[in-house]
Amino acid sequence: MLLGEHYSKVASYKSEVCMETLSFRESWLSNIKNDVLAGLVVSLALIPEAIAFSIIAGVDPMVGLYSSFIIPIVIAFVGGRPGMISAATGAMALLFTTLVKDHGIEYLFAATILTGLFQILFGTFKLARYMKFIPRSVMVGFVNALAIMIFTSQFPYLFGQSLPAYVMTVGALVIIYGLPQIIRSIPSTLVAIVGITAIAIILDLKVPVIGDMGVITRSLPSFSLPNLPITLETLLIIAPYSFALAMVGLTESLLTATIVDDMTDTGSNKNIESQGQGISNIVAGFLGGMAGCAMIGQSVINVKSGGRGRLSTFIAGGFLILLIIGLRDYVVQIPMAALVAVMIMVSVGTFDWQSLKTLGITPKTDAFVMIVTVLTVLFTHNLALGVMAGVILSAVFFAAKISKVYTKKQLEQDGSVKTYKISGQLFFVSVTDLLNAFDFTTDNKDNIQEVIINFSNANLWDDSAVAAIDKIVFKYRQYNIKVTLSGLNEQSARLIDKLARHTDLNSEPPKH
Amino acid sequence: MFNKILLAADGSEHSLRAAEKAILLTQNNPEATIEIVYVINSEASKADVLRELDTDAITLKRNQKLLPIQEKMKEGKVNFKVKFIHGEPGPALVKYANEGKFDVVVIGSRGLNTLQEFVLGGVSHKVAKRANCPVLIVK
Repeated sequence: MLLGEHYSKVASYKSEVCMETLSFRESWLSNIKNDVLAGLVVSLALIPEAIAFSIIAGVDPMVGLYSSFIIPIVIAFVGGRPGMISAATGAMALLFTTLVKDHGIEYLFAATILTGLFQILFGTFKLARYMKFIPRSVMVGFVNALAIMIFTSQFPYLFGQSLPAYVMTVGALVIIYGLPQIIRSIPSTLVAIVGITAIAIILDLKVPVIGDMGVITRSLPSFSLPNLPITLETLLIIAPYSFALAMVGLTESLLTATIVDDMTDTGSNKNIESQGQGISNIVAGFLGGMAGCAMIGQSVINVKSGGRGRLSTFIAGGFLILLIIGLRDYVVQIPMAALVAVMIMVSVGTFDWQSLKTLGITPKTDAFVMIVTVLTVLFTHNLALGVMAGVILSAVFFAAKISKVYTKKQLEQDGSVKTYKISGQLFFVSVTDLLNAFDFTTDNKDNIQEVIINFSNANLWDDSAVAAIDKIVFKYRQYNIKVTLSGLNEQSARLIDKLARHTDLNSEPPKH
Repeated sequence: MFNKILLAADGSEHSLRAAEKAILLTQNNPEATIEIVYVINSEASKADVLRELDTDAITLKRNQKLLPIQEKMKEGKVNFKVKFIHGEPGPALVKYANEGKFDVVVIGSRGLNTLQEFVLGGVSHKVAKRANCPVLIVK
């Protein structure tokens, strides 16, 4: 089939199902029954994760639970993607680990508020579209690193345990993966947690439980300012963390939003979503929660359970706090061994297994970028640094790939005129290749009178390219060889007019 | 006569063979239309979004997977359209087939071994069991 036909086919398909964004009213009221049910399911699935993520961050379980209560409720009103679930997440918790260890929990609240401010700015300046600058291989590396980090964070509770603990972890895993083959309507993680906890209580097994990890209270969160001096020093401590948190949170949120867009064939407003993430994080920070973001796994559970609207997100958060208030005495008795199994499932579900299957056939540079992203995260324990390393590396590879310059040389008119035909992209990376292509001294010896440089297959991109051409022209002028530039496309010609000095005959050669 | 034909397709070899049989069903029946239905589950959604991040690009890529089938339809001068639906392949196909009142569903058998078939239950098996119309499973 012709490509044109193919595109028109795609276009007609697009118009058929075109991504419609639900109106605010629709997103609350058009799907009440399914939204409520899905919200309940998600809320049950959120509890074990919220507790486990608190433990990863090194804070009391209540911090994560408050986050997973506040964030969904706030974002249900201010978010840009109905049906998406945001709460305390592993990616964010991992970033908090060192901050809490080195400085304490008050800095976590302050960093959470600043994260929200950064995200609101991001949304206000409509920067969501720049997410496209994060290459796909970096994205894949990001989720793989996240999965590995969540997995390794469980090692303290996974290894060196008593036999009953091992049996519990294995039993929980069997339930988590086995149950969906039989029943899909109840989250299998919840059944695993409830089942294993019940067995532990009945048999009175002495294994580490959530109650050992910190205080779980029955109280609702209350407003408080972080107990910190508002100084430049405080700001300098939290700013790098907050910036990393804001970026990681938005990366995962916008990724999740697109997945929900795709799964529901509806559109969403990414800039509103960025602002919404910011607002909900600020509220969480003032109410004793930690920064969170959208969750791929929970959002998929929500959509699969029939959740489409803002109501489902709202119910997920609201029901969670009711459960904690009502069932606190049981929650503290959940064995860590069962929670570990849930986290293993989260990490397996987060990992992009397709990237392993296709590792052999993806371009080598892409695979390399993915692996470097993962390794950077694993060594620095910082997802933001991994993304940065990946982006820089792909930029370098991209530059290397398109910086190939080809030159064709031809002598004309009894050898007195020499033509250089240049093909390629001329910019700061490729100028060295360009300069090396010219045989200045031999051209002089060969008595060349005129050099014609043909740029009809080339593109000039920056002042480095113009400076290089300047250099070539001046160099030939030293030998009294005339240089003619030809075939410049409009954009390149404009750049030369603006920047070049060789057109001014009296100018001195640039001092390089 | 089978006028409304649902062809379950994922761009695989099996679905290509199923497409040939679906075309066969339309022979001598100008009324017949084939709807090529591609089910995207949440795993595929996640993997595709990770790789493209742009819904237009994703749609384009999915369409490309179905190109060989579409070409076969064109060669056979069959009326056809393409439809993407989201969900778990088995239940989603059954729902779509029953709600759309199709006359027949044509689906490729993935050729799982006995153990896989027993544990996972093939998609074609589920569709055959629960669809209200005849189901042609192509081996």
